[in-house]
Amino acid sequence: MERINQRLGALSALPVVLFLAAGFLAPLIVVAAFSMMPQKVFSLANLPDFSSYAIMVKEGYWESLLVSLAMALAATLILFVICWPLAFAMAKVFGRFTLVLTIGVVMTLFVSENIRLFGWVLTLMKGGLIEGYWRTWTGQSFDGLLYNVPVIIFGLVYVYLPFMLFPLAQGISMVPDDARQAAFDLGANRWQIFREVELPLAAPGIMVGCLITFVLTAGAIAESKLLGGRAVIVISDEIERAFTYGQNWPLGSALAVTLIGVVGTLAIFGVSRIDLDAIMGRRR
Amino acid sequence: MNLVTPARLLDEKAGVSHSGAPPVPRAMTQTQPILRIVDLKKTFDEFTALDSVNLTVDDGEFLAIVGPSGSGKTTLIRLLVGMEEPTSGEIWLKDRRIDDVPANRRPTCMVFQSLALFPHRSVGENIEFPLKIRGVDAAQRRARALELLDVVRLPQHYYDKRIQQCSGGERQRVALARALAFDPEILFFDEPLSALDFRLRKMLEKELKDLHQRTGKTFIYITHSLEEAMVMSDRIAIMKSGGFEQIGPAEEIYAKPKSRFVAEFMGEVNLFHTRDGAASIAFEDVSIDPAVAKARGLSPEFKGYLMARPESVRLLAAGEVADATADGVIESEYLLGSRMQYLVRLASGYKVTVELSRENRVSWEPGARTRIGFDLDRAHLIQEA
Repeated sequence: MERINQRLGALSALPVVLFLAAGFLAPLIVVAAFSMMPQKVFSLANLPDFSSYAIMVKEGYWESLLVSLAMALAATLILFVICWPLAFAMAKVFGRFTLVLTIGVVMTLFVSENIRLFGWVLTLMKGGLIEGYWRTWTGQSFDGLLYNVPVIIFGLVYVYLPFMLFPLAQGISMVPDDARQAAFDLGANRWQIFREVELPLAAPGIMVGCLITFVLTAGAIAESKLLGGRAVIVISDEIERAFTYGQNWPLGSALAVTLIGVVGTLAIFGVSRIDLDAIMGRRR
Repeated sequence: MNLVTPARLLDEKAGVSHSGAPPVPRAMTQTQPILRIVDLKKTFDEFTALDSVNLTVDDGEFLAIVGPSGSGKTTLIRLLVGMEEPTSGEIWLKDRRIDDVPANRRPTCMVFQSLALFPHRSVGENIEFPLKIRGVDAAQRRARALELLDVVRLPQHYYDKRIQQCSGGERQRVALARALAFDPEILFFDEPLSALDFRLRKMLEKELKDLHQRTGKTFIYITHSLEEAMVMSDRIAIMKSGGFEQIGPAEEIYAKPKSRFVAEFMGEVNLFHTRDGAASIAFEDVSIDPAVAKARGLSPEFKGYLMARPESVRLLAAGEVADATADGVIESEYLLGSRMQYLVRLASGYKVTVELSRENRVSWEPGARTRIGFDLDRAHLIQEA
């Protein structure tokens, strides 16, 4: 009986496995293979070399990678700080109002990211909403608030907020109320309850939220293009330009493989540290 | 070990010095109230959960607060530990008013019904938690935790065990050890044994009573189980719809309940109401010789119930006499272990419960006529409110 179940299980998993193999694994292998081709070739029928990786190191592309990772880290940390109180309120305080908030936050995802970012461009640019009104009222002008690193990070925080908020709320709802109350009763203050009880018990949600936001923001491109005006060049921008303007598929592939490698290692490390079963509501 | 305990913190704030004064043995000290509750009231919107209750608890006492669900006992304990704020009234701990002190600054702590152990911490870390919060260093914490494992009769190697690996009874002990590590002035219990099976519960009840005697701390224990309260406590407070119905030693509450509610809550009971319009005192369902009633000092003006516990009622043999008697038919028989219980239907239809020790078991046929009886010195009068 068990053997039949196993066979049925394997059989029903087959379509998904095939789909993932064709749609996810195959392109990844192609990209990995291209990253080891000589410069500016468009075929895999060449002798492999590591010239792309050498160029990446020599010509400073790694700086873009570092910039992306640093901005992703900053955005993730800011999002954690912003979302914690909100997620706490959603999980423990708001009650029925949580649903309204959830719908509100999810609705923003229905509008294209680019359109929302253009909205901010109109708000922040010179002659836009903020600078325009300021000039009308005070007679003084300034350069507008766009085209710098902080505004890119602001954009990342703005766009990726739901991806931190919901896992965090899920994580916080996993902290039993009585554990929090017991800690309070045993003398812990608000900060100690946070550090000793809430943080470790909500860890799966925190980890998932941080991973998702970090992975997404590390690969984000629109924020730096629209809000940052290329004040800094992010790694996704470099990859896009290598494939299109630069016509150098192997270099683009090498950059992509490096990004996937760094972010993937981090993700696997993170996932291995948490109890995914707990967050799915299964018993340990 | 000179740990800073909340009790000590409180005394220092009040200007009481600990230095020099030798410890006084408990027996020599005058018992003084450790807790005083004055007109404590708590309302939730329209609902009055606690209606102006007053209570005084002596230092070192084991008080059980018993009541059906919804009687306000959980609200009371939450007010006492500081998890709810009272609507009005005062709570005094010794000489200090504490009703506006938050739970984490009160020198009291509670063992939760769910135990509320920290699942991400080991047994030892759970026990050490209050010490860690207070900033006690790791070595001292560990030493104290190991001591407390001993106090609650858990082996030392449990220090590193995970909470999930502990059985229900072991978790109880961990929760207790954690509360003791806090070293509270008063230790509250919110029905911590209710989830355990019968045998384990019985064992832990006795251990808890024993622990109370060894530590000399004040225990306030909430339960809906009267048996639990009777086994462990010095005094029992019976709660009903937001107020105390009766407070006193278990024996007194069992034998001399002040109201019908308490009488029925304290276990099975036979109640006979006074009969209206009778010339002298008389009760429904049972007959009492007026001369006997007079000799026993029953006032003819008395209105209320005559109460007889099942163990006070006998099945009378032919010719046997008792102060109060009635004819009836045995309906059923139950074996309670060491005792036998009979349900006797009287002529009036009222069913009397009779309890005998198992050696006095009677042989009976269904529908067999019998006489029940009890003496007035083993009965109790409950005045009608």
